Amino acid sequence: MSQLIHLAMTFSLLSILAVGGGTAVLPEMQTLLAQQFNVSHTQFVQIYSIGQVAPGPNMLMVLVIGFQIAGMLGASVVLLSFFLPSSIFCFYAGRLWMYFGESPWRRSIQNALEPISIGLMASGVYAVAKASIFDVTTLILALLSLYCVLKTKINPALVILGSGLIGLLAHQLL
Amino acid sequence: MSSMQDSVSVDLKAPSLLKLFTNFFQIGAISFGGGIIAYERILLVDKTQWLDPDEFMAFLAISQTMPGLNSVNLAVLAGDHLRGVLGAISATLGLILPGSIFVMALGVLYASNANHPLANLILMGIAAGACGLLTAITYRIGDGQWKKLKSVAIIAVTFGLMSIAKLSLPIVLLIMAPIGIYLYRPNAS
Repeated sequence: MSQLIHLAMTFSLLSILAVGGGTAVLPEMQTLLAQQFNVSHTQFVQIYSIGQVAPGPNMLMVLVIGFQIAGMLGASVVLLSFFLPSSIFCFYAGRLWMYFGESPWRRSIQNALEPISIGLMASGVYAVAKASIFDVTTLILALLSLYCVLKTKINPALVILGSGLIGLLAHQLL
Repeated sequence: MSSMQDSVSVDLKAPSLLKLFTNFFQIGAISFGGGIIAYERILLVDKTQWLDPDEFMAFLAISQTMPGLNSVNLAVLAGDHLRGVLGAISATLGLILPGSIFVMALGVLYASNANHPLANLILMGIAAGACGLLTAITYRIGDGQWKKLKSVAIIAVTFGLMSIAKLSLPIVLLIMAPIGIYLYRPNAS
């Protein structure tokens, strides 16, 4: 029970801190989960990656983390605590905005938050890269997928599944 | 009297809760590989005209400024605009339900196979691929920012505080938000 409350508090905090979207809280999530719930960096990155294959908002993988830590109940607690606080916040912010209308300060806040969230996303990339790139094969796979997503029209979910298969084949053949 | 007129004018345009739910459910089910915002725009502006392009852009801007996932926030705001609290709940549930079921199925598979050597090899490749995808997404979202000196400086310092100095996220936000807002204050040159 205390673990569920702990999970709820951790993910509510992450929800409110997720300025600029879910990717911005990846490094913080990774650190908190390692320190407080013994989720290893490899496990975290694997679960994150599995989540990228699923449709819908890209952070639904937090459900799997909840499931790993505390079963179905853990998954439900994480679903509520990660999506509810920020949604309630946004709900009231939306109503306030309609009430106050456009203000020059709103533009300033948005301009300021954009580069901050990109910096946080870059930290997310760094955290995922540290745990997922450790030899020539994984480096080539990451670069290949970067190229495919930026330069081709192949669906990113297929790119990721493909790199899983290529990784397997490369290991069996080399 | 005026409240009656309000409800009549809302009813002319507003979809039923079920319709909101099923339309967002479709997006939640087909958006493999991301790009949800684009699907939401197609639904809300092009397909149903529930929002005009200006309203959509305003909601997108709030979604990006507020904490939380942009696609979920957009569902909350559009749902509230169309049908109030219940609309926000219907749209959001529809959006996250299909992916939640999908991801839980994968999660159960993962929990029972994570230590299988073959599964491990596939997961290794998948993680490397996801890393490339995440890099691409970050690069794309930052598109307009890489050429602005102020923005690049904020990006670099934020990254440094988070990944090199290893400060916690609340501290990083407490340091960077005031600096960023000062740099981008109204009427700053």
